[in-house]
Amino acid sequence: MQSEWKFTAKDIAEKPDLFMSGHRACAGCGPATVLRLIMKAVRGPTIVTNATGCMEVVSSIYPYTSWAVPWLHTAFENAAANASGIETALKILRKKGRIKQQQVDVIALAGDGGTYDIGIQALSGAVERGHDFLFVLYDNEAYMNTGIQRSGGTPYGASTTTSQAGTVVPGKLEQKKPIADIMVAHEMPYVATASPYYWRDLIEKVRKGIEVNGPAFLHVFAPCPRGWRSDPAKSIELSRLAVETCIFPLWEAINGEYRLSTPSKVLALAPQKKKTVKEYLQVQGRFRHLFTPKFEKMLNEIQQITDAKWQRLLKKCGMTQPAKAA
Amino acid sequence: MKDVMKQVLALNGDEAVAYAVKQSDVDIVAAYPITPQTIIVEKFSEYVANGEVETEFVCTESEHSALTACLAASATGARAFTASASAGLALMHEMLFVTSGCRAPVVMAIANRAYSAPLNIHGDHSDTMAQRDSGWIQIYVENAQEAYDSVIQAFRIGENNEVLLPVIVGLDGFTLSHTLENVEVLPDDAVKKFVGIRQVPLVTTHEGKSAPFKLDPENPMSMGPIALPNYYFEFKRQQDEAMKNALKIIQQVNVEYAKLSGRKYGNGLLDAYRLDDAEIAIICLGSTAGTVKAVVDELREEGIKAGLLRIRTFRPLPVQEIREALGKVKALAVMDRCISFGGNGGPVFHEIRHVLYDLPMRPNVVNYIYGLGGRDTSPRQIREIYSDLQKIVKTKRVGELVNYVGLRS
Repeated sequence: MQSEWKFTAKDIAEKPDLFMSGHRACAGCGPATVLRLIMKAVRGPTIVTNATGCMEVVSSIYPYTSWAVPWLHTAFENAAANASGIETALKILRKKGRIKQQQVDVIALAGDGGTYDIGIQALSGAVERGHDFLFVLYDNEAYMNTGIQRSGGTPYGASTTTSQAGTVVPGKLEQKKPIADIMVAHEMPYVATASPYYWRDLIEKVRKGIEVNGPAFLHVFAPCPRGWRSDPAKSIELSRLAVETCIFPLWEAINGEYRLSTPSKVLALAPQKKKTVKEYLQVQGRFRHLFTPKFEKMLNEIQQITDAKWQRLLKKCGMTQPAKAA
Repeated sequence: MKDVMKQVLALNGDEAVAYAVKQSDVDIVAAYPITPQTIIVEKFSEYVANGEVETEFVCTESEHSALTACLAASATGARAFTASASAGLALMHEMLFVTSGCRAPVVMAIANRAYSAPLNIHGDHSDTMAQRDSGWIQIYVENAQEAYDSVIQAFRIGENNEVLLPVIVGLDGFTLSHTLENVEVLPDDAVKKFVGIRQVPLVTTHEGKSAPFKLDPENPMSMGPIALPNYYFEFKRQQDEAMKNALKIIQQVNVEYAKLSGRKYGNGLLDAYRLDDAEIAIICLGSTAGTVKAVVDELREEGIKAGLLRIRTFRPLPVQEIREALGKVKALAVMDRCISFGGNGGPVFHEIRHVLYDLPMRPNVVNYIYGLGGRDTSPRQIREIYSDLQKIVKTKRVGELVNYVGLRS
């Protein structure tokens, strides 16, 4: 699947912001950057619906709004159900000749809580029903809006306010749920992962997700300096490190066919360029305890798990890593 | 009325609802199955399968998503309908408040059913009573005919610009939902004309422009925002104001519908039966009114001044109208098909006592909890209630304030 849309950095810079400034996101907020990029990718009239969460709260404090497109928030667990209703209404109203626009795209936005956990039922149902919409998960890996509680998207070993690293427990004991693979298992037409450092890749994927007929799912990595205890100036750098360490590989699954996106493909072809997870973990306070003698063996474990997942992904993409293949 | 061709069909309450929805130019039906509502969506699926409706039918994976989809469709300018009962309504609880708060005039039929545990699929009013403060208009019907008529009316009431609130039409599970009755239906075009195409109101934007109150790419609007303590309260006050407006609109629609169909239900809010000179009276909701009316007739034959006040519209509660209707009654029994655990009586009882408190001469009011989990209430039991009321009038003393009808000791 190839989008017809070709763009330059200048085109993007010149496109008006549909997610506008003035919102109240924190300094260095990954999701806010992600939203701004996503809204650069729209092709025409678009309606956005937002699950409850940071991005909803910072962008819609009455009587202000950061949204230059029609925007709806109703609750936490139902962004995909909102999209179902909007898309269905547009379809029938168009059929009855009661709206002018021939094409209106629908984007649902949710954080990790609103996707992995409380939102997965509505998401799974909406995808099964085949509604034509793009669901964007901006994954900051915990319930940040309520104060950094662990979610199904929180990585193994991360300290959150409900998976605290103490003297006995080394942060979250469970693995991050493979949400994008779960969506691929729905046999939906388009699933992809993206990271804001690779902004061009991200924008292209948003556009593909919009263009595809039927449901599309985009999993976007979105650092949260407050929750990750990281430097607000380093959010974009972290977005790059996550890909370079293969913690968050970039790929697409088009009609179930996996393929690596260029930034990750480069690493598959030249494994020596792959960075160690340590480089990614050490700059985040949420993993600080892993660098103490008591829990340091978890670092190796995280490296092994990351490598194993990477190998599985390469297999799915029909690529095996030359160095390890022998 | 004179030019309208009428047709009588044998329909149960659920089918009558589905038939009304079919005729009401509904854009989207999103629903999830639950007994005793299921016939509504099954019947509607049949209409869809046979191309009899121009409606998108969305079978969601839960009631929560069903109502969400209706709300979102309504916010996009569509006319939306759903149906549910009991546990399904409970699962919608969160979205009930969001729907009314977003001022989305979704219409929902509820085949009233008991709450679990223990599991019970039969009729009582626990489900909708638990949602009485959710900001939905609540209309309880007496028979399948009224279910049909009320669903048609509900679109007109909810979508009225002075109201803009969602509407529940409650029909007693099984007693009405599954019982075949003769239902007089209106021709398709007459209903279509009566409900009209959904019109969204125009609102003034921050730029002073006039824009439709919906998700419209030409006039981008943020709906369902966050409102902090400096604005939230005003939103809620406006909803309460809209409820007050609904009192007027429900009566207007009742009159207008009567002109079309020849049928009306009291003043749309209350349906009084032989109440003008009554000394003793029962208040109830829903299908039980039919049984009570039969008993009232018997008692009148015997020279006993018995009457009935059926509350058709429970939300908004027609406070002034109830006071006027009951001003001359000496003893009153409020029948509740629902318990408020630990609340000393049922919800209708609480509200009626509150309404009557300000009357200079107020009747003695007693409460009868009845029919939970589908238990039948017989004419004999209704007679006993009236007999209790006679004793109260005679002795001027109330025994037990809260009583239970037909319960094992």
